[in-house]
Amino acid sequence: MGDKIIERIVENVLQGRRNKDDEGIEEDYIGEPGVAELVQEALDNGIDTNTILLEGLSKGMEQVGEKYETGEYFIPDMLTAAEAVEAGMTVMEPHLASEGGSGGKGKVIMATVEKDLHDIGKNLVSIMLKGAGFNVVDMGIDVPAARIVEAAEEENADLIGLSALLNTTMTNMEDVVKELDKKGLHDKVKVIIGGAPTSDDFAAEIGADGYGKDAFAAIRIAENLIQAGGTK
Amino acid sequence: MSQRGVDVTKPYERLNREQIELVHRTSLDLLENPGILCYNQECVTMLEKAGAKVKATREGEHDAWWVSIPEKIIKQALDTAPSKVVLGARDPENKIVMEAEGTRVHFGTGSETNYWLEIEAETFVSKIDGREEVFPVMKKNRGNLEYLCRSAHLSEQLENLDFFLRNVNVQDSDITGENKDVNMFFAALNHTTKPIVSGISSLDQLEKVIDMAELIAGGKEELLKNPLITFITSVIKSPLQVVDETAEKLMAISRKNLPVIISTSPQGGSTAPIEEFGMMAQVNAEVLAGIAINQLSNPGAPVIYGAVPVRARMDDLHDMYGVPEFCHYNIDCAQMARYYQVPCYSTAGVADAKIPGVQAAVEKMFTYTSVPSSAPDLVHYAFGLLDKTQTFSPEQAVLENHQIGMVKALYAGSKIEPQDADRIKSMIGEVMASPYKLYARYARKMLRRGEIFPGFPFEGDSEDQDHTLLVAHEKMKELEQVEPKYLPEDVCKSIFEKIPGLLPRLNPYSK
Repeated sequence: MGDKIIERIVENVLQGRRNKDDEGIEEDYIGEPGVAELVQEALDNGIDTNTILLEGLSKGMEQVGEKYETGEYFIPDMLTAAEAVEAGMTVMEPHLASEGGSGGKGKVIMATVEKDLHDIGKNLVSIMLKGAGFNVVDMGIDVPAARIVEAAEEENADLIGLSALLNTTMTNMEDVVKELDKKGLHDKVKVIIGGAPTSDDFAAEIGADGYGKDAFAAIRIAENLIQAGGTK
Repeated sequence: MSQRGVDVTKPYERLNREQIELVHRTSLDLLENPGILCYNQECVTMLEKAGAKVKATREGEHDAWWVSIPEKIIKQALDTAPSKVVLGARDPENKIVMEAEGTRVHFGTGSETNYWLEIEAETFVSKIDGREEVFPVMKKNRGNLEYLCRSAHLSEQLENLDFFLRNVNVQDSDITGENKDVNMFFAALNHTTKPIVSGISSLDQLEKVIDMAELIAGGKEELLKNPLITFITSVIKSPLQVVDETAEKLMAISRKNLPVIISTSPQGGSTAPIEEFGMMAQVNAEVLAGIAINQLSNPGAPVIYGAVPVRARMDDLHDMYGVPEFCHYNIDCAQMARYYQVPCYSTAGVADAKIPGVQAAVEKMFTYTSVPSSAPDLVHYAFGLLDKTQTFSPEQAVLENHQIGMVKALYAGSKIEPQDADRIKSMIGEVMASPYKLYARYARKMLRRGEIFPGFPFEGDSEDQDHTLLVAHEKMKELEQVEPKYLPEDVCKSIFEKIPGLLPRLNPYSK
C-alpha cells in the first residue's frame, strides 16, 4: 500500500501534477489525485516524511532530471514537476516542523536586485530550488540590498540568490555582498548570483560565492556550498 | 489533395487585379507584335495552322520564323490546359496534387550543378597559443553519378523536401549523350520515393526514360495515373525565342501526356527588362507561348507555368538571386499562374554566396520567406544550391531543410478558433492567480504534439567559433548512413534487361 502511494507520487511528479485539478503530460489524469493529495494520503497512512521526501518527491525530481538530460523533458516539464514537488512539500511542512526538521536542504532568500523588475529567471530558479528540496523565501523584484540582508538574518538563511537582467542593475548585487560583510554575516550566508549580464568573473569581482549560468547550475552550486559546510 | 508542402492559406498579393490584367494584356500584345522568333519549323507550322501569322527569316546560320501569335491561340491553350496536375511518386504518400484554387507550396531541389562541395572537418593548431580548433575544409569536385545518387538519397531523408529535381550534373567518363538521361533518371528513381523532375538532354532518350518509368509504375496506364517523372523544358531562350531542339522535346513530351514544366529564365537587365513591369510582360509572354505549343501539341496535356525570372548583377551580368527584384518577379509570376488557373513552378533559396555561411543564410532566408508567400505550387532551386546554381552542398541542403521547415511553420494557418476562447481565459486567469505567473505548464501539451517549433538544431557550443557547418556535416553523415529505399530487385532486373545504356554499377543488386 505504502509503496504504491510512493510510486504514484513519483509518477505524478513526472506528470507535473500539483493536485487533482491539474492535467498531466499524458491524457486522462484530471480528477485523479495529484502530488498534494497523495502526500496527504501517505501521511494519513503513517508513512514517515523522510520516505515521502526521499523515495517519492526527490526520486521523482531525479527522474525528471534524467529525462531532461536525455532530451526527453524540457524546461516546462522541469518547472511543472518542481511545482508538484512544492505542492507536496507544502502539505508536509507542518509535519516537518513538528519533527524538528528545517524544511529540506536549506533556506534560500531569492530576490531580483534594486531597480530591476525582471523576474523570469529568478522565478525559474526559485521553483527549481523548491523542487530540489530547498526552502525558498522569494522576496520578489526591485528589492534593496539592506532588505535582502535583513531578511536573510531574520529567516536564518543559508544562501542568498540574486538576479539581475540589466548591466545597470547588476552592480547593485555588490551592495548585498558589502552589506553582508558589514554585518559580519558573510561567513554564515553565502551569495549566488545569476542573470544574463553576470558571469563567473563578475561574481568573483564583487565577492559573491557562486555564479549559476542557469537554474540547474544554481541548484548544483547551492548544494555544493551547503555541503562544503560554508553555512552555519 | 497533396499531404506534403504547406498550405499558405492567404497568399500575398503584390499585384492588384488591374495590374495582373495589365501584365496579361501587355504579354498578349507582345506575342502578337513583335511576336516570337521560332527556330523550329514543325512548331511554326503548328502555330500557323492555329491562326498565327508567320514570316520566314534568317538568324545567323539558322532558319527562323517570326510568329505573331493572336490572342485566340493563347485563350484556347489556357482553356484546355488542365487546372489539376499531379506529380506522381514511387511512394503514393509523396504524391503532389496541384489544383487551380490550391494554395499548397512544395519545395524541391534544382539546377544541374557542375560541382559538388565536399566538406571535411580538420583540426588546426593556432600559431599564437598552440590551441587546437576544428574547422570545415571545403573542396569543389566535379559532379558525377555517385554524387547524384547521394543527393537523391539525401533528399529522401530530408522531411521538408517535397520533390527531387536532378541537381547534380553527371560528368563521368562513361557517360555519353546516348546514355546520360537513362542513367540520371535511374539514379534518381532508385534513391528516392519522392516525385522526380528533370530535363532531358537528348530526345532519343525520351522513349527509354518513359519505358523505365512504366516498368516502375507497372505499365503505361499506371504511369499516366501516377506520373513518377515530370519533365522540364527550357523551350524559350529570352527574349521571346523558341529553341529548335527544345521545342521538339516539348512537343514530344506533351504528346506523351506526362506533366511538363514550361521553364523560361529571363535575366532582368540583360535578356529581359530589369524593371518589374517589363520583366513581367516578357516572362509571362514567354510562358504563355510555351503553354500554347504544349496545348497545340496535345490539348489537355498536363502543363505547369514555370517562370524563373532572375536579375543580372550589374558588375558582371551573372544571375543574381538574393535581391528584392528577384522576389518581386517571382511573386508576380505566382499571381499570374493563379490568374490563368495553371499550376506554378517558382524559385527560391539560391545563394549567390560560394560557400555555406552568413551570406548564404541571409540570401536564402530572404527568398525563402518572401517568394512562398504568394503560394506557388512548386518552389525549386531549394536545398543546397550555392554560387548561383553552380555548386551543390549536401551540408547546405541539410541546413536548408530546417530553414524550409521554419518557412512551412511560418505560413501554416492560424489556429485562433472560437471554441478555445473559454480555455484561454481560464488558463490566463489561473496563471494570474499563481505566485510566479508562468505559463510553462501549459506549453507541455503543445510541445508533446510537436506544435512548438524546435530551436536551431545546428547550434554549436563554442563561444568563439561558429560550429553550425560542422554540426550540419555530422548530421549529413548520419543521414547518409540510412539504408536507401532501392527499387525492388525484380523491377531493377527488368529495367537492366530492357533499358539499354544503363551502367551496371548503378544496379544495387549486382554489388
